[in-house]
Amino acid sequence: MAQFEGFVADPTLMAPAARPPARDRTWLSAYFGTPGNAAITILCLGTIFGLAKLAIGWLFVDAIFSGTPAECKASSGACWPFLSAKLRYIFFGFYPFDEQWRPLTAMLLFLGACGVSMMPRTWGRALAAVWIVVILPTLYILMAGGIFGLTPVPTTQWGGLPLSFMLSFVGLACALPLGIALALARASSLPAIRVLGVGFIEIVRGVPLISILFMATVMLPLFMPDGITIDKLLRAQVAIILFAAAYIAEIVRGGLQAVPKGQIEAGHSLGLHYWQIMRKIVLPQALKKVIPPLVGLFIGFFQDTTLVTIVGLLDFLDTVRTAMRDPQWQGIAVLEGYVFAAVVYFFFSALMGAYSRFLEQYFRTTHD
Amino acid sequence: MSLFYDARIRAFLYQTIAIGAVVFVAWMMFSTASANLAKQDIATGFGFLARQAGFVITETAIAYEPTDTFGRAILVGIANTVKVSALAVFFGTILGVLVGIGRLSHNPVLSRLMLAYVEALRNVPLLLYLLLWYSLIISVFPPVKQAIEMLPGVFLSNSGLVMPAMRWASGLEALVIALVVGTVAAVVVTRVLTRRRIATGKEMPVATIAAFAILLPLTLTLLSADISVSLDVPELGRFRLTGGYHVRPEFVALLIGLTLSASANVAEIVRAGIQAVSKGQWEAATALGLPRSRTLKLVILPQALRIIVPPLTNTYLTVFKNSSLAIAIGYPDLVMVSNTIMNQTGQAIEAIAIFMAVYLGLSILISLVMNWYNARVALRER
Repeated sequence: MAQFEGFVADPTLMAPAARPPARDRTWLSAYFGTPGNAAITILCLGTIFGLAKLAIGWLFVDAIFSGTPAECKASSGACWPFLSAKLRYIFFGFYPFDEQWRPLTAMLLFLGACGVSMMPRTWGRALAAVWIVVILPTLYILMAGGIFGLTPVPTTQWGGLPLSFMLSFVGLACALPLGIALALARASSLPAIRVLGVGFIEIVRGVPLISILFMATVMLPLFMPDGITIDKLLRAQVAIILFAAAYIAEIVRGGLQAVPKGQIEAGHSLGLHYWQIMRKIVLPQALKKVIPPLVGLFIGFFQDTTLVTIVGLLDFLDTVRTAMRDPQWQGIAVLEGYVFAAVVYFFFSALMGAYSRFLEQYFRTTHD
Repeated sequence: MSLFYDARIRAFLYQTIAIGAVVFVAWMMFSTASANLAKQDIATGFGFLARQAGFVITETAIAYEPTDTFGRAILVGIANTVKVSALAVFFGTILGVLVGIGRLSHNPVLSRLMLAYVEALRNVPLLLYLLLWYSLIISVFPPVKQAIEMLPGVFLSNSGLVMPAMRWASGLEALVIALVVGTVAAVVVTRVLTRRRIATGKEMPVATIAAFAILLPLTLTLLSADISVSLDVPELGRFRLTGGYHVRPEFVALLIGLTLSASANVAEIVRAGIQAVSKGQWEAATALGLPRSRTLKLVILPQALRIIVPPLTNTYLTVFKNSSLAIAIGYPDLVMVSNTIMNQTGQAIEAIAIFMAVYLGLSILISLVMNWYNARVALRER
């Protein structure tokens, strides 16, 4: 015990133990520090090497870069001519070939507008107004035509990537107000309203999206009076909106719960009524908290729109599948289409994921 | 006018309007639907459940023949859904925990490889993966005619894996009962011995005793009961394989797809849960001289479980609901069976109502089980 009393006075006693072991100082130790660690590193590198070899072999070494379907059939690698021959169909589906500059322009305009709107400093009423008054009508006119000398194109001919973007973006944009209303209903002090809100949210969240899509496409026509038919695309869109609203409601509920009760009481003591308190005090604070998880949810819905291919809409995944079933390429391009679609989905999802992380960081540093 | 400003009266008014609107819409839909159905000569009601189904289901987790009823067909669909989701949850959880721990490894190669794994799975739609795995299986393996015989009686082809099956004539029940009894005994013995070790410090060979508790009833049953079993070995015919146990590519593709997507989500939850345990716990365990692996097992994971379980429930529910994508690759789950029934009887409303009710019911059941587990691992505050 005696030497511990000299702990402070005599630093030499502790000096050797305080120095980290020599092997911890080299960067190599992170990879090969212990035998077990070295084994893990070698195993991982082997896996990466194997996958890379497989990918490079398929994508480049054994691949056919230009040629006929017959040449592709003979080779074991990727068939690039399939993509170049089918690219326009994959992107735009059955949209009239000569008019395909329209969905292309619409898509570029949409992506550009999204890019600008992703910057928090542009947010505000003006941005919302620009979207509602300028961008969305322009997109619709470009896609549907009918005025300004553009040939009308019915929604049955819409397809490909623009359709996927539309289903997910319009879905979320319309679901947002509905979801907020549902969240408020669920938090309401009126029992009947609360029960209706809880019932809707829990039922929709308890069943798979595909069942709601089935309901919209198979069951809904039975509920419609004679002579009224609703466009199939619109029905699927409504199904996605209702589905998204229930999930948004749950996220917004989390935001509402995070607003301190004193805020509501302060509003009451100022003499504000319910809607004023919600609109001016509670919702602005709650929504700011839930923006990053909402972006995360959006990634999920962007991917979930692929399910409309099961009920027969030509979304991006569906155009890829039908392109691969083309008699000319059948059985030749088995993977090319799926891999290409996976890359496209990965690109947009990963981009939004990065954006979600950026927003989280942004709100953390500037507002808390 | 002053009545309108009474908070109670307004509350009553709002609620009446809301309920009235819902009831009105429901009534309108009901009346138009019954009129439409009558006009199209479609039967209503659930009477069809007792009628003969008459269609083949390729994969049956419970016994089924086309001569059975529609009701039985729906049960087969439910069993198939439960089978594939339960297996996906089981394998997905194990894989996910390993990947989640790997994400936090100090080895940069391992942690980045795991990150790539998670990102690749989370950023591409599950449906796309299902179609990809399915077409890979179909195109990589040879057709049935040239099936690969991996072991005697085990055939691998693009119509799946066929292997010898055990056909029990008698004795299966006795063995199952013996196994259950043995397992229960082993669990009880382990608990009692652990409690004794904690109380008295006396070590006992727990693993050996538990193994003995499981094996003893099994051996006794094997020796005493009347057991007759035959091996059903598949045979390669000209066009197809007959007999044996058939693992179909639809099932394998769905299981792989669901397992991988579940594992990516579980990995993220496990990683977040472990990171949420305060750093002081690691340092305290290190100061006590525990190596990293035992720190993780004894100190960190028990605490992380409390954070992990609620989001894990959501992931399990998602797997269960995502199993409905089976219809895209032709695995006969509940949705696909219902879809077939819908096409045969035209009774879309009833078929959809049944499968939505089943999903809802099972979702609630999963939530209840997971909430019970959550209450068990939650922090017990005195």
